[in-house]
Amino acid sequence: MNSIEKVISVKNLTKKFGSFTAVDHITFDVMKGEIFGFLGANGAGKTTAMRMLCGLSYPTSGEGSVAGCDITSQAETIKRRIGYMSQKFSLYGDLTVMENIRLFSTIYGMSDKDIKTVSARLFKELEMEEMKNALVRDIPVGWKQKLAFATATIHNPQVVFLDEPTGGVDPVTRRRFWELIYKAAADGMTVFVTTHYLDEAEYCNRVSIMVDGKISALDNPAALKKKYNVSTMDEVFRIVAKNAQRGE
Amino acid sequence: MYRQWTRFFVLSLKMLNGENEMNGFGSVIKKEALYIMRDRRTMVITLVMPLILLLLFGFAISTEVNNIRLVAVVDRHCDATRDLLERFAVNDYFSYLGEVNQVDVEPLLRSGKIDAALFLKTDDGKIIPQIVADGSNTTSARAVTGYIMGVIGEPSASQPVLTYTLYNPQMKSSYNFVPGIMGMIFILICAIMTSVSIVREKESGTMDLLLVSPTRPGTIILGKLIPYFVLSCAILAIMLLLAYTVLGLPLSGSIFNVVALSLIYIVLALSIGLLVSTIVDSQLTALIVSAVIFMVPVIMLSGMIFPIDNMPGVLQAVSCIIPARWYIEAMRKLMIQQLDMAYVIKEGSILLLMTMVLLFISITKFRSSR
Repeated sequence: MNSIEKVISVKNLTKKFGSFTAVDHITFDVMKGEIFGFLGANGAGKTTAMRMLCGLSYPTSGEGSVAGCDITSQAETIKRRIGYMSQKFSLYGDLTVMENIRLFSTIYGMSDKDIKTVSARLFKELEMEEMKNALVRDIPVGWKQKLAFATATIHNPQVVFLDEPTGGVDPVTRRRFWELIYKAAADGMTVFVTTHYLDEAEYCNRVSIMVDGKISALDNPAALKKKYNVSTMDEVFRIVAKNAQRGE
Repeated sequence: MYRQWTRFFVLSLKMLNGENEMNGFGSVIKKEALYIMRDRRTMVITLVMPLILLLLFGFAISTEVNNIRLVAVVDRHCDATRDLLERFAVNDYFSYLGEVNQVDVEPLLRSGKIDAALFLKTDDGKIIPQIVADGSNTTSARAVTGYIMGVIGEPSASQPVLTYTLYNPQMKSSYNFVPGIMGMIFILICAIMTSVSIVREKESGTMDLLLVSPTRPGTIILGKLIPYFVLSCAILAIMLLLAYTVLGLPLSGSIFNVVALSLIYIVLALSIGLLVSTIVDSQLTALIVSAVIFMVPVIMLSGMIFPIDNMPGVLQAVSCIIPARWYIEAMRKLMIQQLDMAYVIKEGSILLLMTMVLLFISITKFRSSR
């Protein structure tokens, strides 16, 4: 990290649904070009927190800024500067690969000329040249995942939010996917990723672990392992999350 | 000059294509249109079902009574009786089976071989007709006796009663069902299909992708609704064409009014679909909610099949909040009675009001779902 610019900054962010506090006063910063891992068991509040950062959900209290904009008052501006890849790497299954790319790039206001150059580059990079006219629902899951990442970053956002981007994918494909993430981060994109796989936490620059709506641990993986005196992130997670009330 | 015009043209095209301010409005619509067209089964069902329903109700299901099987029992022949029976023999609504003995009438009725028997007794040189009809189906019995009396005419009364059935002189039931089917189809297509398609995007997560993009919620909603609106207009055209040609509904000057009112109703049905989609989270629930809460009342309480005036007071009150009731009523006036717009102002304004309220609620709900 050659810059200390904060891309995401959150203070006491809270979201309540009725009497249930899904996200409970969380505070953290994410720097430019960082790969920030957002860990937690199911129901810990990861997705809710992420949705607030993306402007999909309004916080009950607390404040935060993403890409230089306030998450409550400037949600619409944030939307132009971020990319989002949802849990099931969803795309339009009944549209072709090219139609999906065209749809999302026009939504982000790209011109026809830009779309042409960008999609040509993407197809080459992702080795999807032959698939561009195939329906998305027919292509293998690994390709779908790569494509979802490509469409989420097609407008070259400052931050990309990945909500469990590797769920249900085999280890080799996961590994390849992380190469894409690294490449994006190396180009200066900030990556905010939630995951279930604790081996993936090792790939992140810094990791936060959410338990029952609160952030219980936040540091780089090496420091966390040292602090709890264990050798893997898996063990760190078990120690931190052992008193969790919520979950499956 | 020419160059300026070209520039203007290109700029307006760009606006339409959704560059600049519009943020992909056109592409969102295009996506939905592609989705509808690629889903062949739904496409076929939506276009074919209105045809089938219209033809089914128009021809197969009919409350008219044709081919009334009739026998006569005559105790003394004369010119008058012969003349009367001749009239039944040539009448298309009857199949006159001839004369029988009085004792045979009951077995014939009982075995269902005849629908009615006509007794002609001569008393003092005057013919006294008597009708015996199979009353196991009251609707047809009523029609049968009515027809027979019509053929006989008032025999001895000083002044015969002249009856005219206005607007539908042949009492064709196919006419009657056209407005009802239209009322049903649009709820089916607009409400069910829109709600399912929006909820499908919620389920698959693509709705989040749209919401997290700079596309405005209004654009997302319109992008969803416009393709279904266009589809509904196509269906409206097909149904009207069929009604006026195959079913032989009389053409009159009020087609414009019919279309105008139908467009309001289509928008109303679309907003119902939108409302359902903001409330439920799975495609199945969307289907059930649309079908049970919106379809059943349309069939049962809108007056499509059962006359509203015959319902108990409570149900009559309930029928007032069913949009289809007003639509069907207005369509009957416009299509069958061929009345002017002035006569359907009440129905039209109720529909318009309902549309605005529903649209307002559903858009507010859609926006506040975050």
